[in-house]
Amino acid sequence: MTRLIVSRILQAVPTLWVIATLTFFMTRYAPGGPFDAERAIPEEIKVKLERHFGLDQPLLDQYILYLQNLLRGDLGPSFKYPEWEVSELIATAFPVSLTLGVLSLLVALLIGIPAGMIAALRRNSWMDYLPMSLSMAGICLPTFVLGPLLIFALSTKLGVFPPLGWYGPSDWVLPSLTLGLFYAAYIARLTRAGMLETLQQDYVRTARAKGASSWRILSRHAARGGLLPVLTFMGPAFAGLISGSFVIESIFFIPGLGKFFVTAAFNRDYTMVLGTVLFYATLIIILNLLVDLLQAWLDPKSRKEK
Amino acid sequence: MQSPKDLFFPTFLLRLFLIWTCLWVLLACSQPTNVETALEEQILHFGLGSEPQNLDPHLATSVAAHNILSALLEGLVSEDPKTLKPKPGVAQSWAISEDGKIYTFKLRKNGQWSNGDPVTAHDFVYSFRRMLNPNLGAQYASMLYPLKNAKSFHQGVKSWEHAKVGAKALDDHTLRLTLENPIPYFLELLNHFSWFPVHQPTIEHFEAYEKIGSAWTKPGNFVGNGPFLLTNHRINSVIEVKKNQHYWDAKTVRLNGIRFYPIEAVYTEERAYRSGFLHLTQSVSADRIEFLRKKHPDELHYEPYLGTYFYRFNLKAPPFDDQRVREAFSLAIDRQRLVDKVLKGGQSPATSFTPPGTGGFMPVSKFRYDPESAKALLHSYLQEKGMDRLPPIELTYNTSEGHKKVAEALHGMWKNVLGVEIRLLNMEWKVFLSTVAKGEFTLARAGWIGDYIDPHTFLHMWRTDEGLNMTGWGNQTYDEALRRAEISNSEQERWQNFQTCENLLAEEFPILPLYFYVHLTLRHPTVKGWYPTLLDHHPYKYVYLAKEEGR
Amino acid sequence: MNISQSSSLGRDAWVRLRANRMAMVSLSLLVAISFVSLFGPLLSSYSYDQQNLDHIFKSPDSTHLFGTDNLGRDLFARTTYGGRISLAVGLLATLVSLIIGVTYGMLSGYAGGRIDSWMMRFVDVLYSLPFIIFVILLMVIFGRNFLLLFLAIGAVEWLTMARITRAQTLHLKNAEFIEAARALGYSHARILFRHLLPNLIGPIIIYSTLTVPAVMLLEAVLSFLGLGVQAPMSSWGSLIKEGAEKMDAAPWLLFFPGSFFCLTLFALNFLGDGLRDALDPKSSKD
Repeated sequence: MTRLIVSRILQAVPTLWVIATLTFFMTRYAPGGPFDAERAIPEEIKVKLERHFGLDQPLLDQYILYLQNLLRGDLGPSFKYPEWEVSELIATAFPVSLTLGVLSLLVALLIGIPAGMIAALRRNSWMDYLPMSLSMAGICLPTFVLGPLLIFALSTKLGVFPPLGWYGPSDWVLPSLTLGLFYAAYIARLTRAGMLETLQQDYVRTARAKGASSWRILSRHAARGGLLPVLTFMGPAFAGLISGSFVIESIFFIPGLGKFFVTAAFNRDYTMVLGTVLFYATLIIILNLLVDLLQAWLDPKSRKEK
Repeated sequence: MQSPKDLFFPTFLLRLFLIWTCLWVLLACSQPTNVETALEEQILHFGLGSEPQNLDPHLATSVAAHNILSALLEGLVSEDPKTLKPKPGVAQSWAISEDGKIYTFKLRKNGQWSNGDPVTAHDFVYSFRRMLNPNLGAQYASMLYPLKNAKSFHQGVKSWEHAKVGAKALDDHTLRLTLENPIPYFLELLNHFSWFPVHQPTIEHFEAYEKIGSAWTKPGNFVGNGPFLLTNHRINSVIEVKKNQHYWDAKTVRLNGIRFYPIEAVYTEERAYRSGFLHLTQSVSADRIEFLRKKHPDELHYEPYLGTYFYRFNLKAPPFDDQRVREAFSLAIDRQRLVDKVLKGGQSPATSFTPPGTGGFMPVSKFRYDPESAKALLHSYLQEKGMDRLPPIELTYNTSEGHKKVAEALHGMWKNVLGVEIRLLNMEWKVFLSTVAKGEFTLARAGWIGDYIDPHTFLHMWRTDEGLNMTGWGNQTYDEALRRAEISNSEQERWQNFQTCENLLAEEFPILPLYFYVHLTLRHPTVKGWYPTLLDHHPYKYVYLAKEEGR
Repeated sequence: MNISQSSSLGRDAWVRLRANRMAMVSLSLLVAISFVSLFGPLLSSYSYDQQNLDHIFKSPDSTHLFGTDNLGRDLFARTTYGGRISLAVGLLATLVSLIIGVTYGMLSGYAGGRIDSWMMRFVDVLYSLPFIIFVILLMVIFGRNFLLLFLAIGAVEWLTMARITRAQTLHLKNAEFIEAARALGYSHARILFRHLLPNLIGPIIIYSTLTVPAVMLLEAVLSFLGLGVQAPMSSWGSLIKEGAEKMDAAPWLLFFPGSFFCLTLFALNFLGDGLRDALDPKSSKD
């Protein structure tokens, strides 16, 4: 187990380097620059701005300088919002996205896993059809439809929750429900599929034949293999959740990270794009490692191989 | 290992979830809305539309920045809330020389920065020097070019000492500005944020004289001379200002504070307004107008706005290198119908490029709707070229619901009248900008918002060597007429020259004006002292909140 | 276990699938939706881009079965026309991501060790690259080719598929039946595709049916960037997106495209469940 962790950390360094390099050159070759605007800037001012941000240097020098700064943990100032450091922007937005992501994940897991398990156990009964139909409905309603619907029902009509903003706990409910329900639908379906698969495995059949109760079978045996697809799905999905969602953030006016991912690319805010990408990559690497560890723990068989 | 049994026990989880939800419901219940509490607090909740890029007046570029900076800073003159005519600001009074080139401002003695320092004429000279400093790279530096020799200093031809820029502090409270040419709208110009003063010790403390992006604009650091003080700035969330007690006219200021919310999504902003979160929105989606007009007839406001929506032709490539085709495309558009049926937001059809009434100038309408002539013109072109029909024309626009709708509507009109196949190409903003700037388009969407209330802010775009032109069109008569308008001190002569420019645009069709903008906004009836103005400026010191009369 | 029966797997599966009423209903529904999408635009007396500025936002009636939109265009024509694009994009792109993802995931998991780890780091890299910039660059390099749409969607959608397949492969590769096959000296390819794949089919099918809606909505995002469907053409994704913004003023703009989208997903899903059961190598034992 320790070996796995150590080797993954060692792999993370070249992985991040590849990501940084690709992203650096991709953003630079995309048409348009950070200072393009409808009111075109006079050429001499553009030259000044480019010198100010070091864009007048040869690209390779800029790249090397960026890597040097990166090694020192310096992501540079944002091009679009030059009064802020990239790291400062990420540091203010991440707690918001983390809160929203964790709450949504709770909603998703607390609804999705039980629903999927019940459906698998009571297969082809109404206890299967009902939760599965609901989960399909969840997938049919993208967040940009569900969000406004929830706001209309719970905020505009009933006045229970604030319609937007991120100022106190009561603001957390609607966005985390919207995002959570969407993921719950995915999780319910994946859980059911995984459970059905394992419920037919020989060791589960044996347990059943021995007269173990369904809950015991479920929790002791079937859940282990059955949750694999959900677990694998959750790695990148959770990284996605806590790094923010552009749609949810713009519907609910939440100052999270998701917005930066999208607007930084649109603004050609080079440093911000790199900063967010590297941040997200780190999350992906960490979470995929966690998933692999959990998988090994849930499923001792796959560990044998090491 | 802990038994996982409990983990998967659904009723336990269900209960947990119910408790958790109930807690939230309790927490959330029965809070009064922002708009309700604001009557007591006198806090204005303002939909800002987007996050300002920069709060440094010399580096700022956006409308959002203007909305904040006009609360934090004050220029030499201030604006009348209804007409935007100049009123005393930092300057108590001013005198203008006979030839209209020398302005002498008397600064008030009680003018103070928010830290108590006096506001002096030297502050203005320092600010103008910083704005024009070539090393700062201020995007709006050319706004100060009306000052004598400002251009040669800014372009690095001469140093400050040698350039003798026309800004001089005669003493602490007397400032003399000398202009290159007489400019009738010079005083109005001073309300653009690029003319606002900055506090020298603060700039120097943060070493921001030549630096883009420093901490001096953060709350706690920002020293201003306007009616409000910056107290909080959370990016993409809120910018808060509160009343500045050091402001010379603090007794007029009735609001205790303003909260600006940079809500970018129009639908979200509308929801925020309708649930009492905002007093006013920055914009309203065109497709919602009809619905809102029914629901909130007294709160939906159509305000004139100094801007023109138009398309650029590319004159460097066929078929628009031929004037007949451009004219045919223009004549085939029923602008009235576009405005009435598609936009429906109270916009007016653009039959000239300069919006009528800009600074008092009334251009003669020249762009007409005449489908028959359009067909004839295109026919004559096709015959000459020996073609049956035009190859498909690409119409480039940046992705947005509004632009798409206009493009689709025109697609229909051109197809009906001219039988031309139009291919719509939408692009992401920066790709669009670089495509148009490189001239890689046939027909491209554009828009222009005036910086000051004078036809010049529109007509200077089509000068042959102007970077904003981008159509490939140039006309010496046009350039000459524009130059004559620039140096003239007589209104009649200026209007005449501007009309010459307008006529040329309508004869040679480098562009296709479509409609004049309207500023559409939702505004709560409790907001008082707020008037529609052409530049969408609303001096906050006159704004207050009060219950509607008779209710 | 299932070693000897693989040859008749296809036929058996079809027999089992036919017996599944839910799956058959779904299959006919899918055929019906495809049929309407293919021929609906021809049946309608309006074309998808024909405007009538005097009939804007008309609610559904006998002339406009589904009502009209903000330019007076017939929503029935636009919905069915959009179906062509969305179904083609949704099904094809999912198929592409399915093939790439499953193959990659199985190979990675089956190979194990260092190969597995580097193959998965490659997936991590692709997860992290900025998608918007990637799409913009694709268009700069290749122009506005419709095929790019599949490339762009394929590039993101196969990743999770690969990780799920890999996890299942790791889980099953030491199971008795695989070890038995190995002991019998079968080739790796045979073990992978004959023995492993049928046992992975459940999660793969489920995840595929979940990918279809994601792809259809992703198409709307890409058309925002200028790739794929250009106005005035329509697709379900873009119709739903626009409808959502106007849902309180003109609910039909969301309802009709949304219903088509939903029905398709329901049908795909039940068909997917049916297929899963039909293809399940263990189900014949029951």
